[in-house]
Amino acid sequence: MDKQEKEFYGKLEAKGVSRRDFMKYCSALTATIGLSASYVPKVAEVFAAPKQRPPVVWLHFGECTGCTEAVLRTMYPWIDELVLDILSIEYQETIMAAAGEQAEQNLHDAVKKYEGKFICIVEGAVATAYDGAYGKVAGRTFLEIAKENCPKAAAVICLGTCSSFGGVQAAKPNPGGYKGVGDALGIKTLNIPGCPPNPVNLIGTVVNYLLMGKLPALDNLHRPMFAFAKTIHDQCPRRSHFEQGEFVTTFGSDEAARGYCLYKLGCRGPETYNNCPTAKFHGGTSWPIQAGHPCLGCSEPDFWDKMTPFYEEK
Amino acid sequence: MGNRIIVDPITRIEGHLRIEVEIENGKVKNAWSSGQMFRGIEMILQGRDPRDAHHFVQRSCGVCTYVHALSSVRAVEKAIGIQIPETARLLRNLMHAAQYQHDHIVHFYHLHALDWVDIVSALKADPAKTSKLSETVSAAPWGGIAYYKSIQQKLQTFVDSGQLGPFNNAYWGHPAYQLPPEANLMAASHYLEALRLQAKSAKMHAIFGAKNPHPQTLVVGGITCIADLVPDRIAQFLYLWKETQEFVKNVYIPDLLAVASFYKDWGGIGGTSNFLAWGDFPQTPNEVESCLMPGGLILRRDIKNIQTPNQEKVAEHIKHSWYEDGAALHPFKGETKPKHGEYDTGDKGGLMSFFSKKETGKYSWIKAPRYAGEACEVGPLARVLVAYAKGHPEIVAVVNNTLAALNVPVDALFSTLGRTAARGLETVVVGDAMEGWVMKLIDNVKNGNTNTYQSYEMPDEGMGYGLNDVPRGALGHWIEIKDKKIKNYQYVVPSTWNLGPRCEKGKLGPVEEALIGTPIADPKRPLEILRTVHSFDPCIACAIHVIDPTSNEVYKIKVL
Repeated sequence: MDKQEKEFYGKLEAKGVSRRDFMKYCSALTATIGLSASYVPKVAEVFAAPKQRPPVVWLHFGECTGCTEAVLRTMYPWIDELVLDILSIEYQETIMAAAGEQAEQNLHDAVKKYEGKFICIVEGAVATAYDGAYGKVAGRTFLEIAKENCPKAAAVICLGTCSSFGGVQAAKPNPGGYKGVGDALGIKTLNIPGCPPNPVNLIGTVVNYLLMGKLPALDNLHRPMFAFAKTIHDQCPRRSHFEQGEFVTTFGSDEAARGYCLYKLGCRGPETYNNCPTAKFHGGTSWPIQAGHPCLGCSEPDFWDKMTPFYEEK
Repeated sequence: MGNRIIVDPITRIEGHLRIEVEIENGKVKNAWSSGQMFRGIEMILQGRDPRDAHHFVQRSCGVCTYVHALSSVRAVEKAIGIQIPETARLLRNLMHAAQYQHDHIVHFYHLHALDWVDIVSALKADPAKTSKLSETVSAAPWGGIAYYKSIQQKLQTFVDSGQLGPFNNAYWGHPAYQLPPEANLMAASHYLEALRLQAKSAKMHAIFGAKNPHPQTLVVGGITCIADLVPDRIAQFLYLWKETQEFVKNVYIPDLLAVASFYKDWGGIGGTSNFLAWGDFPQTPNEVESCLMPGGLILRRDIKNIQTPNQEKVAEHIKHSWYEDGAALHPFKGETKPKHGEYDTGDKGGLMSFFSKKETGKYSWIKAPRYAGEACEVGPLARVLVAYAKGHPEIVAVVNNTLAALNVPVDALFSTLGRTAARGLETVVVGDAMEGWVMKLIDNVKNGNTNTYQSYEMPDEGMGYGLNDVPRGALGHWIEIKDKKIKNYQYVVPSTWNLGPRCEKGKLGPVEEALIGTPIADPKRPLEILRTVHSFDPCIACAIHVIDPTSNEVYKIKVL
């Protein structure tokens, strides 16, 4: 082990994380993003505090800040490690100390200094009706801010369904003309949809980027294949109940207590691509179907219109 | 004429907020609060299935997640006329209380603390003295010289990297920062510890609700997580509650008192006049009377004459908001059409200012809700004042202990400091109540009383509302159902109350009122504005929504 690595494991141990636990996590993450086991030590390296932390500019548009909150819940790595040791968060309105003009200056400085090199994470949809009049920061529309900054990034990661596909504010009749960033700007973005998205999928994408110097393989909706290649239904632990014809028809019933299939209560698992059943949320604590609620299809485009009414079998 | 300054974006909040103030002789003379985004979720809800509404409205906000969904299912249940089973009510209360704990901790440490704590100053602290300070004021489970040295080293390494990230270019070194370096180091370390603690606390939602933000377990009629009512899940919840509540009592409250003791002058800055709470945490099927945190109305700071609020007296004004002009209306009969326009706070700029009238025009997407014509502050301070005035034993005890510890009079509650303190104090009381609810839940599971759902038939027509008190304050959802679909849906949200603009009579919104008189040491770095604005814990995505165009027919409100 070289000195830097020793220091890193020393720091981990001081936090009560053994080297063994850490490697286990890296293995799990490596598997999540679909790399072979030989990459595990390299994944570990990414977390071993790089000398120059990659700069990140995080823009908030038409959104609810749920995606930021979701990332704050990451447990491997913890959010303080992500923010202080792994990435350099140059601009992020929810957590940054600076406000007003000073905050604006941080944005302009970072984009100028790291042009072509920074990762742009976007949370929220872009209002396009009335020249973007429905959403502004510092007197400029989301549309202007997106147009000015997104194309200068090394990569634009759309975190959540809103920046990916428009989200709830784009549901009919979409009063503000909200659109996903790729659609609003006509640029290619990497999309990590979900309402909220699973933080594991953002971390997986970032690790892939830091490790391979490129973004992971994407599907036709620009979602990382490692997370979005299979349907919920195909990975669902309740699938055997579906095959056996064992369904819940009333919430709170014996069938619900037994964990039968939720298809007849409107579960959208068969049409929804995401890794919720395997990745779960909060370090494997749960996911919607485990909590007895049908899948809403929240990582699919236009799910607020296409998947509703939610509680009707399709 | 004073000097105008604008702070936009206000960071460390949810959403897009712009604050403008006029400064004269080093103090705020006038203030304007402006919401800068419009999404229109209420328009989107029209014509949809009432059972789906809670999923849509939950996306109003991911910071105050869960609470809109809760209010929505309550409103629909009232419109249908059903009561949920006791076990469902317990689970809903537990998740709501977990939201209080999580939300208030994150607000204090991650959204508000940097207004009082100078992180850069922590680099100059003596770790030995910090350790001693920490042992004197706090019962934190971490500490010692080595611990504070390692935190200081972590900060130093971070600063030395030249990549200051989220701490870059803030108001560090501002004369209004009063804490000694040692206290700053202690607070900085607790900022980091709280970052991890909040991730664990949020797991409470995941146990019964799949995930956080946006738990997915509520349904009209109850809650879906019946399969999670097993001993290991409940035990995990209890364990996380215990760890969180210990943090609240051993770290959050001691930090609050320690910081407050250096900022007692803020016990006389940032106050408002009127306070409204609907109340929440129903403990029996009689939801309004059995609330752990009671409802009440206080006008002109008169806590001796507390009134029972009546939702019929709520109206939303739009004279200064970007909607087509019309009368101020109750949520059930609202008529609103968004109309984007210029931001007009009456400042014509430069020479023009001398020639034009300074009347304020339209300047916000937020509406101005008024109770019987009065702007009311909602939130922790309103709830704590109401409970205190009503003689709520636990609240009276924590409030009196705090006033005694800081050696300040009751009047000091009407302030920025009082607001921030009230948030911590109610976290203790609500958190303490959770243990009893978990024990009751265990009893119910033991006795086989695990019914979590009341089935129902959706009526062709119905009206209902849910009045709630959520971490940021009084929240009301109003629904009208026609042909089993949503005809009209409104919500009047805590940040609409607190961050709203002037009403048609020109009365200022609570934040605007609170800002007046605030001392500003350096207009280029208006730290003091952030203190008062953040003390309200603004949530702007929640605050802005639209009431659909309907007839002016006056509806009879069906109270169930």
